[in-house]
Amino acid sequence: MSRLPANLLIGGLLVALVVGTAALSLVWTPHDHAALNVRGKFADPSDVYWLGTDQLGRDVLSQLMVAARNSMTVALTAVLLGGSIGVALGLLASARGGWVEDVVMRIADIGFAFPALLFAIMLAAVFGPSLTNAVLAIAFINIPVFARVARASANQIWTREYVFAARAAGMGRFAISRDHILPNIAAPVIVQATIEFAVAILAEAALSYLGLGAQPPAPSWGRMLSEAQTLMYLAPQLAIYPGLCIVAAVLGFGLLGDGLRDITDPRLARAR
Amino acid sequence: MGYFLFRRTLSFVLTLLAVSVVVFAVMNILPGDPALTILGIDASEDALAALRDQLGLNEPVLTRYALWVWNAVQGDFGISHSFGIPVAGLIAERLPMTISLAVSGMVVTVILALALGITAAANHRRGGDWAVMFASQIGIAVPAFWLAMLLVLLFAVKLRWLPPGGFPGWSDPVAAMRSLVLPTVALALVQAAVLARVTRSSALEVMRLDYIRTARASGYSRARVLWRHVLPNALIPIVTIVGLQFAALVTGTIVIENVFYLPGLGRLIFQSIANRDLPTVQALVMLFAAIVVTANFVVDLLYLAIDPRLKTRT
Repeated sequence: MSRLPANLLIGGLLVALVVGTAALSLVWTPHDHAALNVRGKFADPSDVYWLGTDQLGRDVLSQLMVAARNSMTVALTAVLLGGSIGVALGLLASARGGWVEDVVMRIADIGFAFPALLFAIMLAAVFGPSLTNAVLAIAFINIPVFARVARASANQIWTREYVFAARAAGMGRFAISRDHILPNIAAPVIVQATIEFAVAILAEAALSYLGLGAQPPAPSWGRMLSEAQTLMYLAPQLAIYPGLCIVAAVLGFGLLGDGLRDITDPRLARAR
Repeated sequence: MGYFLFRRTLSFVLTLLAVSVVVFAVMNILPGDPALTILGIDASEDALAALRDQLGLNEPVLTRYALWVWNAVQGDFGISHSFGIPVAGLIAERLPMTISLAVSGMVVTVILALALGITAAANHRRGGDWAVMFASQIGIAVPAFWLAMLLVLLFAVKLRWLPPGGFPGWSDPVAAMRSLVLPTVALALVQAAVLARVTRSSALEVMRLDYIRTARASGYSRARVLWRHVLPNALIPIVTIVGLQFAALVTGTIVIENVFYLPGLGRLIFQSIANRDLPTVQALVMLFAAIVVTANFVVDLLYLAIDPRLKTRT
């Protein structure tokens, strides 16, 4: 299909841009992202402040860069946490079969009833809003997603001859899962992880926008937008840049995931 | 078919029960004393004990859970800590706002997505198709709340055509409708982006089939074949996604109501979080999760109605 290289290329470029910016913010930002300069508030873009300043005179570009890093950290933590639990459950379901598989997959079904927002709302109501709770909520919704992907892929591998051979040689189910199944389901799991990364960035932005994620003064694209909303008549430009960053990041990981899927599973690419 | 219905209904009820267990567990078993939360740290031990007794906190957890479910089934969600009135009343008061928003959002989503998806399929690999696919790719990546802000920026701040937020109530229907326009569009555009893609690919599948060629060969117009032959047969995957999207739309109202300051259930949740009003949060989270589960159930029932082949199976 002709758009196969296109989504990989564009997605890869956007991801490189966002991840590169996030990495760069570790060693360099044009200004201290938290430095206040109340006299220079709402400055227009200039040589000094490339994207201008916000209501407290902080450099917008520096904040966006640090926010990129925070967003990547949240998405990475949430997807790794939810993904590893999910994959472990999926492997267990597939290796055991029978009632274990039924129980695990029913529990996964229940997980689908909770969008990240609802789970974050519960955690915020009980513990108070925090970035940690947002990460936990996003990780939680990832568990059933990865459990399904891992189980479906693992079930296919369990029918392969080398797995029969390993079983005949007396290898246990756990060892087979670790040595033979896991490496062979890596491709679909990585594809899913890339797509879930995009979902996680979107979820973090929404949660932070609603005040359930990053708390002041930690820069976050979502929180920058919620601050910009109250200033829309004064400084509409502040409502633009963070949104563009979210779209670039989500689009990048989404396209990259689609592209990787097209490569690793040509059958699916054609069906779409 | 009877067996399928029975099994599906049973699993629906069990899922609802399981969801209620999760909600109750997270809201109650985790550490923290609701009585202390309500009265504050200065409260006397006697007052705390009295309130714990009144809230039934001294009962065993299982009894409290059973009581909560039993009452909830009968429409009693307890008393709101912050408003001091039954939670059910609060919900009833704000439900119409959320329903109007979700339903208008769904209608706009479906109309827009079907029109765009079919247009794209009809112009496969030509300009119209690329335009729709490009727009929907971007649309999927745009957060609904940011789109909402951009709409406010353009139509309320710059052009001053529509109000930037708030809701005047239904006593003035025109003003009420005007204040629903931007929230509806913000909610619908993002969902329509997803649905348009599904519509397109599903329509493309059907358009390859022989009977479509036959219909065209028999002299029916392109438009008639598209709307009368292609669309009805392309509906199954579309209905699946619409069902899932309805769930996403309803939870999306939580975000959108907060962007536009609309007095619905979504605003109520956030007021309740700010007031640490746990019974209200618990009831609302359960309500939203139940809507998600019910939407999935209804989708499965719709399959039966749309695809008669399923009736003979299982």
